[in-house]
Amino acid sequence: MSQMIMYEEEHRQISFLLNKLYRETNGRACYIVDKNGQLVAEAGETRNIDSTSLSSLVAGSIAATGSLAKLIGEKEFSVLFHEGKDQHIHVTLVSGGVILVVIFDNRTSLGLVRLRVKKASDEFNRVFINLTKKVESPKAKSPFSEITDDDIDSLFRDDDIDKLFRE
Amino acid sequence: MSFINYSSREINCKIVYYGPGLCGKTTNLQFIYDRTRPESKGKMISLATETERTLFFDFLPLSLGEIRGFKTRFHLYTVPGQVFYDASRKLILKGVDGIVFVADSQEEREDANLESLDNLKDNLIEQGMNLNHIPYVVQYNKRDLPNVMSVDQLRRMLNPDGVPDFEAVASQGQGVFETLKSIAKLVLVQLKKAK
Repeated sequence: MSQMIMYEEEHRQISFLLNKLYRETNGRACYIVDKNGQLVAEAGETRNIDSTSLSSLVAGSIAATGSLAKLIGEKEFSVLFHEGKDQHIHVTLVSGGVILVVIFDNRTSLGLVRLRVKKASDEFNRVFINLTKKVESPKAKSPFSEITDDDIDSLFRDDDIDKLFRE
Repeated sequence: MSFINYSSREINCKIVYYGPGLCGKTTNLQFIYDRTRPESKGKMISLATETERTLFFDFLPLSLGEIRGFKTRFHLYTVPGQVFYDASRKLILKGVDGIVFVADSQEEREDANLESLDNLKDNLIEQGMNLNHIPYVVQYNKRDLPNVMSVDQLRRMLNPDGVPDFEAVASQGQGVFETLKSIAKLVLVQLKKAK
């Protein structure tokens, strides 16, 4: 089974790039999401947006669009654009398995967002290529190397886990 | 595919509820959502038709506590059970870490259960996965209905390998958390093995 691992160093680099993109696009919020719907990083006015739901829906949308592309003999549709009355979402496939999302309103334009995203995509690509190398390196560590069977058992002790659920 | 984030100290895993149409996959998630404390759950999303049949997926994020300082977060998904939504089911299976097969115990759903299980195996193989090698549990749902097959019959038909299985009445919550806890634990044990 393959795993995606995000280390602190790469997360800092991704957050830096994402904040830069947020400023340069003059958008509302920017996100990096993996293709399986997990949120990797966020920047901008994210407080009022449910980022977990957003990530899952964006990944679903990209997956459905990818299948549509194959249906007509296209490799993929690498850009999706959802246009609303006041707000819009620009979604791009960055590098194997990573999705870049920019939410913006009428303070900026699609042209500017597209231009900045294109430039930023190359920078994100570099970080993710390095990250992949690091994860695949034999020296890569997983938190599971330290976790014991007892740790897992203790998480599932009935009295502990049942507290999460109401009667 | 699990996602381990050192920056936010999180381990994220994906669990998919699979099974024939109207077997109770969404009901499982709805019960979990209704009975989980607010601090442990996110918003439940249902992409459903006007008649409340699942169109694409249901999604429920859950936190099940910490292991060695890492929060364990599980993303629960259901697939649409209706036969003609196969393209959507394939998409939702991508990156799956654990599967719950929800069977409808009613006699008249025998064929539908078998067809769905075959479909699950085929869709996994298409993605280079094998049901024998990923965390997997079976739930025999709707045990409260009068025309159900015996658990022995269901087990022979749907669970010949003897993976963990549970009787359930998802609409009343019976067996729902037992199933969830079992698959979540299997997923973490598998992750530890695959480290």
